[in-house]
Amino acid sequence: MHIPDGYLSPSTCAVLYGGSGIAWYTSLRRVRHSLNARMVPLIAVFAAFSFLVMMFNLPLPGGTTGHAIGVSVAAIVLGPAGAILSVSVAVAIQALFFGDGGILALGANCFNMAVVGSLFAYASYRLVAGGAALTSHRRVIAAAIAGYVAINLSALLAAIEFGIQPMFFHDTGGAPLYAPYPLRIAVPAMMIGHLAIAGVAEAVITAGLVAYLQSSDPALLRTTSGLVTDGSALTPTSLRHLWITVALLLLLTPLGILAAGKAWGEWSIHEFSEPRGRARIQAASRDEAPPAASPAGLRRLSTIWTAPLPAYAPRFIKSAGFGYFLSAMFGVGCVLASSLALQAVLRGRRSLGPPQ
Amino acid sequence: MSARGTFAGTIVGISRTLADAMVYEDLAHRPGLLQSLDPRARLVGLLSLVLAVTLAHRLSAILLLLAAGALLARLSHVGILLLGKRVWLPVLVFSAIVALPAVFLTPGSPAFSIDALAFEATHQGLNSAALLISRVEAAATLTTLLVVTTPWMHILNALRSFRVPQEIVLILAMTHRYVFLLAETATQMFQSRQSRTVGSLDRATQRHVTTRTAGVLLSKSMELSGEVFLAMQARGFRGNARALVGCRLRAKDFLGMAAFLAFATLCVWAGRS
Repeated sequence: MHIPDGYLSPSTCAVLYGGSGIAWYTSLRRVRHSLNARMVPLIAVFAAFSFLVMMFNLPLPGGTTGHAIGVSVAAIVLGPAGAILSVSVAVAIQALFFGDGGILALGANCFNMAVVGSLFAYASYRLVAGGAALTSHRRVIAAAIAGYVAINLSALLAAIEFGIQPMFFHDTGGAPLYAPYPLRIAVPAMMIGHLAIAGVAEAVITAGLVAYLQSSDPALLRTTSGLVTDGSALTPTSLRHLWITVALLLLLTPLGILAAGKAWGEWSIHEFSEPRGRARIQAASRDEAPPAASPAGLRRLSTIWTAPLPAYAPRFIKSAGFGYFLSAMFGVGCVLASSLALQAVLRGRRSLGPPQ
Repeated sequence: MSARGTFAGTIVGISRTLADAMVYEDLAHRPGLLQSLDPRARLVGLLSLVLAVTLAHRLSAILLLLAAGALLARLSHVGILLLGKRVWLPVLVFSAIVALPAVFLTPGSPAFSIDALAFEATHQGLNSAALLISRVEAAATLTTLLVVTTPWMHILNALRSFRVPQEIVLILAMTHRYVFLLAETATQMFQSRQSRTVGSLDRATQRHVTTRTAGVLLSKSMELSGEVFLAMQARGFRGNARALVGCRLRAKDFLGMAAFLAFATLCVWAGRS
């Protein structure tokens, strides 16, 4: 998954350096604030560990071998901020010292593996592990899921980065300048190997390491377990910050209506029959004319479910901005209600289960 | 793969990485054009060439940058054989596998067809594949030149002078040292396990052994980090790090940097579509 230089355009590299830069700055601030100087050798050692784990040949079911990245173990032991820094350092050393992965693509590699990988590994682990005891089997399963999810999301991001290159960067004759395959080829080509091999390798090594730590040194799992309220767990202050961020994002939702055009592939069946709609589809598809009639499958499936708030614009609201804002409120409310319901179910099951 | 094969594969992989590091360290201390420049000038100069490789849209400009890379390697006593074996051949094989289908899948005007397979190559596909392979070859050559001609400590000094936060530079420096220490520990663990293995292990056991080895390595790493932290505290570390080696840019370094930047700009200009 280490992207070499030459596959991504300089502007893609710059955007992803920007994304990684924000994550590095935030992580560094968090590490400085919460865990001070002790974190320096810890992150360094973990980066070295992550570097070495990538070299381990792991026999997998089915007769093949795979390599893990170690991002999920880092997220589970250090928390997301520490994991972002340590995996970024491992990836940087691979690029700067061993020439593995590009230097211009370093931001992209760190963003895919260290930033997105760490955040999703941490979130999946916390979500699945819930408040289970440190030595519970549920934590091993949570670790395996975290590893699998993190690697596959990282790979999906890399595939999307490859897949958008021919859409935006081609010469006057139409030849792609960087990675040549569109999303419909790049995504399956990248994901098949990761879903079948690399994801399994990361799941096996993460679950194995968590099981090992449970028996040998469970204290290392405490920091991100959610069972204590130390610097890395969610405290009332960090929850308040989270709520403020969600509120700010809600207030900014009307900005979404400023975006011109429509996302590629999100067309309704009516747009295939209207001249303006057809022109929009053709322009977005590199001048390839859309089919004369809307595809039969799309016609059949589009009537199965009618959205209560179509196009984020409730019919009873005249202002587009306010309608968009209300839709965002409704969406956030649904997510919160589902999360609370899931939490209540998990809590109920725990209280019914055997004592641990 | 047998247990011995799996463990041996890991040992060989780690040993090869360590051997590469030693070869690079040796090359970095040889007298040569790139080695004679200040690491900051080298970093800025070679990165500007890598940037030019990705900005150029014409094959001729990218090939010119690749040729410049080969010339720089020659003048810096980096063997062409080493570049060919470690960079050009693996990159060519990998990029060709990635780029070959693009020759037939990219829409455009037909160039030739393979009737037996009903494949039709397009001019745009050929152009795209050639651009991709040459671009990746040129970028990898220039990046490798930076890596093999610059000792790790000089890269860190250069990063520090570019205002990279000192914690990050410190972590990079410590990680580099730990990589070698932990690599040795991991190799020893696999070797001892291999020497005690009689007969064959099933894949589930091999997997178990590998994850347990990684677990022990993690425990040892954590223990090491605690000890190192105490040692750092004992020496007065309070979270601040200072580099002892300071270096000043000379006229020669400015000249070298200017030459690199001018050449990179020229290639971008010549390579615009």
